[in-house]
Amino acid sequence: MRLVTRIFSIALVGFTLAMAHSAPASAAEDGSKVPMPSPSKAFKGEQCVEPVETMRRDHMLYLKHQRDDTLRDGIRGEKYGLNECIDCHATKSPDVAGGELRTIEPFCGECHAYAAVKIDCFECHTGAADDKPKQSSSLPIDHGELSDKAMLMSMMENYLDKGATK
Amino acid sequence: MTDRSPTEEQNVDLARRRLLAGAAAAVAVAPGVMLVATGASARPKGVAADANKRWGMLIDTRTELSDWDTAIDACKTEQGWGGGNNPATDPQWIRKVAIRNKSTGAQATFPVMCQHCENPPCVDVCPTGASMQRVDGIVLVDKHICIGCRYCMMACPYSARSFVHEPVHNQRPHMPRGMGTVESCTMCVHRVDKGQQPACVEALQAKGSNAIMFGDLNDPKSEISRAVSAHVTRRIREDLGVQPSVHYQGI
Amino acid sequence: MAAIDKTTYQEIAGNGSDYLSLIGWLGVFVAAGVAAAFYMETQGHVVTGMTNQIVWGIPHVFAVFLIVAASGALNVASIASVFNKTTYKPLSRLSAILALALLAGGLMVLVLDLGRPDRLDLTYLKQNFRSIFAWNIYFYTGFFAIVVVYLWMMMERRFNKYARTLGITAFVWRLALTTGTGSIFGFLAARPGYDAAVMAPLFIAMSFSFGLAIFILVVNVTYKSSKRPLGDVISFKLKNLLGVFIAAVLYFTVVQHLTNLYAAEHAGVESFILLDGGAYTLMFWIGQILIGGLLPMALLFHPATGRTSQGINIASLLVIIGGFVQVYIIIIGGQAYPLEMFPGFEVSSSFFDGAVHRYAPSLPEITLGLGGIATALLIVALAVRYLPILPASLADPIAEKQPASE
Repeated sequence: MRLVTRIFSIALVGFTLAMAHSAPASAAEDGSKVPMPSPSKAFKGEQCVEPVETMRRDHMLYLKHQRDDTLRDGIRGEKYGLNECIDCHATKSPDVAGGELRTIEPFCGECHAYAAVKIDCFECHTGAADDKPKQSSSLPIDHGELSDKAMLMSMMENYLDKGATK
Repeated sequence: MTDRSPTEEQNVDLARRRLLAGAAAAVAVAPGVMLVATGASARPKGVAADANKRWGMLIDTRTELSDWDTAIDACKTEQGWGGGNNPATDPQWIRKVAIRNKSTGAQATFPVMCQHCENPPCVDVCPTGASMQRVDGIVLVDKHICIGCRYCMMACPYSARSFVHEPVHNQRPHMPRGMGTVESCTMCVHRVDKGQQPACVEALQAKGSNAIMFGDLNDPKSEISRAVSAHVTRRIREDLGVQPSVHYQGI
Repeated sequence: MAAIDKTTYQEIAGNGSDYLSLIGWLGVFVAAGVAAAFYMETQGHVVTGMTNQIVWGIPHVFAVFLIVAASGALNVASIASVFNKTTYKPLSRLSAILALALLAGGLMVLVLDLGRPDRLDLTYLKQNFRSIFAWNIYFYTGFFAIVVVYLWMMMERRFNKYARTLGITAFVWRLALTTGTGSIFGFLAARPGYDAAVMAPLFIAMSFSFGLAIFILVVNVTYKSSKRPLGDVISFKLKNLLGVFIAAVLYFTVVQHLTNLYAAEHAGVESFILLDGGAYTLMFWIGQILIGGLLPMALLFHPATGRTSQGINIASLLVIIGGFVQVYIIIIGGQAYPLEMFPGFEVSSSFFDGAVHRYAPSLPEITLGLGGIATALLIVALAVRYLPILPASLADPIAEKQPASE
């Protein structure tokens, strides 16, 4: 028993010392440390699908849940899709594709680098926004209900433009 | 296709779509043919795939040879594969297979891709469940949980799957593809869910060919159901009991 | 129950330059293997010889060989515990350690060859129980757990009485494990070279033979280099056993090919392996049958060579080489022969349908495989150095009548 107590107290002291030592570093006040992330403002839109605080904490759960729904069950058009994130949050950055493309990697990368959480989303998914070929999904053979993404997008943009001018 | 720049591809795309618009207009004269034919319609938001459907294809092998290049190019453009220089390792979601009867000399050429089996061996062997079948019969790889073991490729009787041997860039937004995972024909599931037809089928129709027919094999009124019940069709390696969804006519 | 084990087990000294350089070299090979895997993972499998037709390459040959040998290496312990053969008892600990080490080496290669080894946790988190692979994950981890406990029961005198129960459990488990490994191939109905139930018993016979051959070599080399006495009685018993196992592998090989020949639709792949498959045919007759079967049998049972340690060592080495070739033919040869999509037709395409597929292993994948072997040997080398695994003496009287030592 005594041995256990001793190990615990040593561990406690060690931990306290380590914390005391690293505390000023985590404040990141001197420029040499990792700065607090400051993800850029959304490219378009004023309001995310959920409050910002919720998104910061739970975005991965939403994404993961919906990815299974979509891929495995075929449920489409829900609001937590990665492509929807990209649509709003992709920004141009000189680091990516020479600033030609609007991509979401800088937006995601900011916090993920800070939190040291590696994501592999973009090993398969393109992080680039689907800006150019808007008509690509408006195929003339489309029949049935109007789920036309291009149409939806232009409607959304319209709405957002109006919102912005207010 | 391989040496075209992305913008050129888009131009071709656009041209094809304009053509298609024409074709669609032409079809409208014969009312309802294409609309009812496939049994396809867009599912509303939030609704899962329909277990009563069974998507399938009927491939008529007695068509112009150039049709198959049209279909394959359409697939490459739609899904964003192709264009590598390593024939042994580059993915091929759909390929042109030529056969010749050793005793009679009779020949045929036709495309082979994932046959979307009803009893898919690839799904049985997958250790993580990444190789999966949707309730409407479409066989997919869930690349989120694929570990790249390639057991599905060992099990597939059709060599329908490819392993991504190199890093991939510029994926299509609707078709994530990544190194170290396995991929194959998705029957254009992203289009089917919108009520559209697979890209290969649409490209052929745009040039006036019905060499590949797509539709719901469970719907007795669909054009494909009527076609497969009117004439004897063949499925590759039917003896294995895997029940492919792709039928062939003319071989 | 079993007599109390009075054998003295002792760590080897392991201070000499021989031992240290052995550890050093094994370490280099392990590091090289891990580096090769890292290279394959970052560059993609394009840097290997594997293709979309030969999807499993030389890493799988190494891995399957090691995993199959692992379960066989446990046999000596099983014979002692399960069948109460006291002659083998002193070697039970080594047998268990070798089994663990070979399995670890094999799994390392298998896992590092995955397209996404970073997702290994998914093999536990997401499981499809219709897949024999998912079953094998339990067979392999279960084997580790059981053999570790078994080893513990053997090494802790208080628990010796449980060793037999654990030994029986381990024996049954290793049979299931090898059946599972053989069934990876046996269930592939679309591949004419594999689709056969005989794959499971064939793999069990292979495991007996390869595992024992490696075991004999390890015993002979460690005893010679640590200058410990090794008697003839135990050596000859082991080599006779090896002879029986070689014969069993040959028997199941004959059954495998005869049943396949009987099925007309498999005639193509059979003539590919047995007659006109070029390198594969050569490997089969020269590598698997002659070097891996007939030659070691002759060496083991010929009075001139079968009673010398050199003869036994060479025979064991030949069994290992022949066994590796056999696994190569099963895995690579079985894929090289084209799928029969259209029986009776000539088939061709840009995806190499209908053609015999080519495969040339690349340096990184061979390095990874060697890294697996080095890992296994390193584990054994460290275990005998730091744990009381090896009997201080295996001289005849001691090996025969254990109570003699103390």
